Amino acid sequence: MSLLEVRDLRVSFPTADGVVRAVRGVSFSVDAGRTIGIVGESGSGKTVLTQTLLGLTPGGEVSGSAVFDGTDLIGLPEEQLRRIRGAQIAVIFQDPLTSLHPLYRVGWQIAEMVRAHDKSVSKAAAAERAVELLARVGIPQPRQRARDYPHQFSGGMRQRAMIAMALSLEPKMIIADEPTTALDATVQAQILDLLLRLQQDSGTALIMITHDLGVVADIADDVMVMYAGRAAEMAAKRDIFYQPHHPYTKGLLESIPNSSAGAGRLRPITGQPPSLINVPPGCAFHPRCAYVMDKCLTDEPGLIPVAQDAYHRSACWLPVTAAGLSEQAEEARRRTVGEGRHEAAAKIAEAIAESPEAEGSVIA
Amino acid sequence: MAFLTFLIRRLLLGIIVMWFVTVATFLLFFVAPQDPARLLAGKNPTPQTIAAINARLGLNQPLIVQYGHYVDRLVHGNLGTSFVNGSSVNTILKQDLPPTLSLLVGGVILWLIVGLGAGILSATRVRTLVDRTSTVGVLIGITFPTFVLGLLLQFAIFLPLNRSGFHWVQTGYEGPTTSIIGWAGHMILPWITIAAVSAATYTRLTRGSLLDTMGEDYIRTARSKGLTERRVLYRHAIRAALTPVVSQLGVDMGTLAGGAVVTEQVFGLGGIGQQSLTSITTGDTPVVLGIVLMAALFVVVANIVVDVLYSVLDPRVKLS
Amino acid sequence: MSLTQIEFQAEGTGDAPAQAIQGRSPWMLAWRRLRQDKVAIASGALILVLALLAILAPVISSLVGHSPDTPYTNTGLNSQGLPVGPSGTFLFGTDGLGRDLFVRVLYGAQISLLVGFVSTLIGTAAGVVMGMTAGYFGGVIDTVLARFIDSVLAFPYVVLALALAVVFGPSLSVTIGVISFFSWAAIARVVRGQTLSIKEKEYVEAARSIGSGPWRIMFIDILPNLIAPVLVLATLAVPTAIVFEATLSYLGVGIQPPTSSWGNLLSQAQTFYQTSWWYLVFPAGFLLLTTLAFNLLGDGVRDAMDPRTERLFASQRKGRRSAAKRARPTPPATEVS
Repeated sequence: MSLLEVRDLRVSFPTADGVVRAVRGVSFSVDAGRTIGIVGESGSGKTVLTQTLLGLTPGGEVSGSAVFDGTDLIGLPEEQLRRIRGAQIAVIFQDPLTSLHPLYRVGWQIAEMVRAHDKSVSKAAAAERAVELLARVGIPQPRQRARDYPHQFSGGMRQRAMIAMALSLEPKMIIADEPTTALDATVQAQILDLLLRLQQDSGTALIMITHDLGVVADIADDVMVMYAGRAAEMAAKRDIFYQPHHPYTKGLLESIPNSSAGAGRLRPITGQPPSLINVPPGCAFHPRCAYVMDKCLTDEPGLIPVAQDAYHRSACWLPVTAAGLSEQAEEARRRTVGEGRHEAAAKIAEAIAESPEAEGSVIA
Repeated sequence: MAFLTFLIRRLLLGIIVMWFVTVATFLLFFVAPQDPARLLAGKNPTPQTIAAINARLGLNQPLIVQYGHYVDRLVHGNLGTSFVNGSSVNTILKQDLPPTLSLLVGGVILWLIVGLGAGILSATRVRTLVDRTSTVGVLIGITFPTFVLGLLLQFAIFLPLNRSGFHWVQTGYEGPTTSIIGWAGHMILPWITIAAVSAATYTRLTRGSLLDTMGEDYIRTARSKGLTERRVLYRHAIRAALTPVVSQLGVDMGTLAGGAVVTEQVFGLGGIGQQSLTSITTGDTPVVLGIVLMAALFVVVANIVVDVLYSVLDPRVKLS
Repeated sequence: MSLTQIEFQAEGTGDAPAQAIQGRSPWMLAWRRLRQDKVAIASGALILVLALLAILAPVISSLVGHSPDTPYTNTGLNSQGLPVGPSGTFLFGTDGLGRDLFVRVLYGAQISLLVGFVSTLIGTAAGVVMGMTAGYFGGVIDTVLARFIDSVLAFPYVVLALALAVVFGPSLSVTIGVISFFSWAAIARVVRGQTLSIKEKEYVEAARSIGSGPWRIMFIDILPNLIAPVLVLATLAVPTAIVFEATLSYLGVGIQPPTSSWGNLLSQAQTFYQTSWWYLVFPAGFLLLTTLAFNLLGDGVRDAMDPRTERLFASQRKGRRSAAKRARPTPPATEVS
C-alpha cells in the first residue's frame, strides 16, 4: 500500500486570457522510504502538481484524488489539510533566500515550525530543538547561527536550514521543489548528499522535483518525466537512463552537456513547450517530435507499458522497441548517461564520505 | 558603537540642514521684491515712516550683520521678536503649538486606525464588498482637497447642528486643560478633515503592501509549515507589510508638525500653520524664520527616527 | 507510416496548432485593457467634456450674456445685497458681488486645467531628467540629488509654497512655477529608483560594453522602460496639481481675484455659505468631479499597465474547490478530456 497514491489529478487556472490547464491528468504513487524524481521543463506542471497536494495553489480548479496515508487530500477541508502540512508532509522550496522570512531569525522560524502543531512545547524546548536540527544538517556553530537572519547565511547554508525546518516534525514525506537549482554545482552535490543521507536515516518518502537529470541520477529510485501537464514517461531510474522510450525523454538525455567526451554538438530539443491554454491536439509533444506519426496529431496517448515490468510506461504511440534513433543520437545518449553528470556527482560524494573533518563542514 | 556614530553623524547633518534652511529663508525674505518695512508701514507710507521702521527693526544694516545677530540670538535660544506686534517669537510659537499638536495627535491616531484597519480588511477580502467599499472610500479620500472637505464639513455638520441647538461641535480652538469635552468638540471636525486624506493614502499603502507581501515566497513557506491562516497573516504577512507604512508615518508626522496650514485656516484653530500664513503675508520675517526652523527641526528628527525604526524593523537594513 | 522517419521532421509539422498567444506588444495589451475599463473611459470622457467647456468659456459667456467679471448688481443681488440663487438667468446663482457664478466657474476650469497640465508637464520633464541622472551616475551626484529630492519632498510644502508666492507676488506663472517645483520631486524619486534597478540589467551592461556613452544609454536604453511608470505618475500628478492650485488660491496666495479660480471662489464662499449654499456647492462640485475623474483615469491607466492577480489570497482562505468557483471571472472553458 503506497504512502501516496495520486489518481488522474487535474488542475486548471482561469485567467484573463483563457483557462490554463496546468496539470492534465497525472497519476503516480510513492512508497514509504522511496524517492521519486519528477523531471520536466518550466511549465510542465511539476510544481503545480505537488503544491496542489497541500492546497498551496489558490484559485485552481482541482479534480482527481491524492490519497495520502488513507486520506484523500483533494477536497479536504482547510483545517485538516493544515494539520497535515509540515507534520506529515513537509516542503523544501527552490530559493531559500526568498522562502525564508527575511525579518525573523532562522532559529525562531524553525522553532515556530516545531510549535506549530503542538503548542504544549515550550519556547525554550523548541529553540533547543531548532539548534539540534541545524547541527543535524551540518551547520557549524548552530547555536550562534540560530540567532542569525537568513540574509546572513550563504546559499548552501540557507538551504540546509530549510531542510532542517522541513525535518523538524519528522514528516512521512518531503516534497523537495528544485532544492538545488539556486545553488552552485559543488554546493548542489553536498545538499543532495545530505538529503539522501537524512532520508535514509529517517525513512522519509521523498518527491524530488527538478529539471536536471543529473540530480535525478543521484537520488531517485523512480522517475516520472512530465511534459505539458502530463506524465510523458514513468520508470525506475535505471530504465529511464538506459532504456528511455518517449522521444522527449530521449531528447532530454541528448541535450545534457557531456563533460567527459567533449566531442559533438549539443542537441537541444527544437521548438518551445506548448501554451497550456491551447494545448496542441493529440499528443502535446507532437510539434517537436522527431518521430511524429499521423496518429499523434489526433489521439493523445495514455501511459502504455513498454517493458515486461509493467512499471515502465510511456505516453507515446511508438512501438515498444525503441527503434529509429539515429546512430549519432544513440551514441550521444550512451556517453552522456554512462560518463557524465552521474560520475562527477558520485566523485564528490565519495570525497566527502572519505574525509571525517569534511563531514558537516560547509563549503559554500 | 555603530549606532552612536550614525546618530552623531545624522545630528550633525541635521544641524547643517537647519542652518542651510535659515540662510535660505533669510535670503528669500531680504532679497525679495517686497520690502518688509513697506508692508508694515501700512497705506501711503511716508519715507520717514519707512526709514523709522527700518531703523527700529535693524533692517538698514548689512545683511551679514543682520544674519550674525540672528545666529547669535538663536544660539541663546531666542528666536527674536515679531515685526508686527513686537512680542517674542518664542511666546508666539508656544501659544501656537497646542492647537497644532492636538490636531496632529488626534489626526494621526484616527488615520492610523482607519487606514491600517481598512487596508488590512481590503487586502484580506479582495474584491469582496468590503474591498470595493474601501476602494471607493480611498478614492473619495484622495480626491477631496483638504480645504474643500473642511468647508463641506462645516457646511453640512457644524451649521445644521448649531442651528438646531446642538453646540458641541464648534470652530476655533479650546484647549484640553479648559475642558476635554469642549476640546474634542472643537477638534472633531478638524481631525476628520486632516485624517481623511491620510487615511485614504494609508489604506491604499497598507493594502498594496500587504497584497505584495502575501504573494511572497515566504508566505507560501509559512503555510506549508501548517501554520494557521491567522498566524500567517499577522505574524508573517502584516509584520513584513508594515515596514513601508511605518516609515511613511514618520515622514508624515515630521511634515505635519510644521503646521497644517489649510485645516487650521478653515477651522480657525490658530495654530502654527495659520500663524505661518499670517506671518508670511504680513512680512513678519522673524516669526516665519522661527516657524521654518521649527518645522525643519521636526523633519530632521522625524527622518532620523524613521531611519532608526526602519533598521530595527528590517534586519537587512544597515544604518549607514 | 514507417518508423524510419528521419529527425528532420522536427522542423515542425505543416499545421502547427493555432497560436494561442500572439506576439502583442505590451502597449497594445495595456491599451486593450484600458479600453475595457468602463470607469476609466467614462472619466476620460468627463475630462474631455470639461476641457471643452473650459475652452469654450468665452463662447458660453456670450451665449448666456454675462461676462465673468461684471457685477450685475441689479439682477444679481437681492434687496439685502446678498447673492441670488440658481435661476434661469444665473444658472449657478451669483457671487458676493453679483457676478454670474456659472460663467466664473467655467473660467475657473480654464485655470485649473491649464495649471494642472502645464505644471505636470514641466514637473515630469524635470523629474525624469533629474531622476535618471541621479540614478544612472550614482556616486556623489546621486547622493546630493537624492538628498535634495528627499528634502523637497519632506519639507512642509505649503509653507514654502506660501513663501515663494508671497515673495514673488502671487500670479499665474508663479503658481505654475511653485507647483512644478514640487511635482518634479515625487517623479524624480520614482524615476531614480527605477533607473537604479534598470541600470543593473544586462542590456545596459551590454550597451556600456560596446562603448555607448552615458547619455545615449539613458535615453535609448533606460528611458523607454520608464515611460510606463512615468505615465501613471503623470496622470495622477495632474489632479494633485489642480488641488494644489485650488488650495493656494483659497489661501490667497495663488490666483488673485477678479480672475476666477475654483480655489478663490471657495475662499469667498466661506463668508457666504451660511446664506448662499450655491456659492460653496458648485465650485466644490466641479473641483471634486475633476479630481475624481483624473484619479479614476490614473488608476485605470495603472491597472492597464500592470494588472495584478489578486485572487491569490481570497480563495486560499475558504478552501480550494468552492473558492475556485467563486474566484473564476470567466465561465468554465474546455472541460478536460
